Amino acid sequence: MEHYLSLITKAVFVENILLAYFLGMCSFLAVSKKVDASIGLGFAVIFVLTITAPVNWFIYSYLLGDGALVWLGFPDVNLSFLKPIVFIAVIAAMVQLVEMVIDKFSPSLYQSLGIFLPLIAVNCSILGGSLFLVERNYTLMESTVFGFGSGLGWFLAIASMASIRYRLRYSNVPTNLRGVGITMLLTGLISIAFMSFGGIQL
Amino acid sequence: MAILSKSSKRAVSDPLMSNNPITLQVLGICSALAVTTSLEISLVMTLAVIAVLCVSNTVISLLRNLIPSKVRIIVQLSVIASMVILTDLVLQAYMYDISKQLTVFVSLIITNCIIMGRAEAFAMQNGPWKSFLDGLGNGLGYGMILITVGFFRELLGSGTIYGFKVIPESMYAAGYENMGLMVLSPGAFIILGLIVWAQRIIGKVEQE
Repeated sequence: MEHYLSLITKAVFVENILLAYFLGMCSFLAVSKKVDASIGLGFAVIFVLTITAPVNWFIYSYLLGDGALVWLGFPDVNLSFLKPIVFIAVIAAMVQLVEMVIDKFSPSLYQSLGIFLPLIAVNCSILGGSLFLVERNYTLMESTVFGFGSGLGWFLAIASMASIRYRLRYSNVPTNLRGVGITMLLTGLISIAFMSFGGIQL
Repeated sequence: MAILSKSSKRAVSDPLMSNNPITLQVLGICSALAVTTSLEISLVMTLAVIAVLCVSNTVISLLRNLIPSKVRIIVQLSVIASMVILTDLVLQAYMYDISKQLTVFVSLIITNCIIMGRAEAFAMQNGPWKSFLDGLGNGLGYGMILITVGFFRELLGSGTIYGFKVIPESMYAAGYENMGLMVLSPGAFIILGLIVWAQRIIGKVEQE
């Protein structure tokens, strides 16, 4: 249990997927203009990452990895070069599936997330999360926890940035720095703040 | 006797400055920040992106009349993903050390918004030659920013340029220290923020 707790802390604070690995920047910059939208997108990312991480783990361990096809009688086959294209296909399919399920069971949640769900398929934090879990040889449980933690970290980052940008409307930013420029500088500062979690050991 | 017609030339030159994919269209930021700790890695990443962007733009442009518009996104993604896998394998075969340092970021070219964006916005409407030039231009514009960020981060963070020491020993003796922050992630955000600022100021001057 402690092991998972430290994994989740690491994924949320120390190695935040956005602030330390820069994944999901495009949608972060575009969406953080609005607080409501940021929170909606943040929840959608948590949701999709938590689902795709274990699914991609299964696919990698039983279909693609080195010697993963033992159960079919092909111990020498290594399909790991197909990893990127299979992962992106799985993510696109999962996003579609999640969209349909949410639409069926909770139309109100679908209404609030609806626009952002399709966008998530090309959010690099989702694909990045799946690629990281392969690179770090996580187990199934670790992958799920890591997926959830990364999503939570991304949510925290975009929610705090959206709130800062909301306050920023009242400040006098130099004309050419407005928009992307100031957001980048602010992200740098938030990133410094998150780095101070680096010394924490659980 | 121009080799390139005027509009083809614009396809290459526009993305370099007045419509730069990173600083003005704000696409593909992720990799621009992650792989720029040193100049060498930035250069390899730039080459990889230019290669993928040119080939995928050309292929999608050749296929543009055959792709049904309902499934175009998935077709574009598969073309791009195949190109990325090829690039990844070439890097692993010929530049193993660098491909180890780039880790997952080569595979992440798939979700780089520049490539999808150009395929959707340009290659679906234009001929193969023009799409190739558009890919080249956008790749170069992307690379230009990547190399600038890489240059400053390596110079300020490690005191080297392309692995060569440029800060003389006497400076260190006099109390100069490398800025460790530049190699870490906040350095990337701050340098890129300043570059965006600088480029927008210069861009304004040119317009007037």
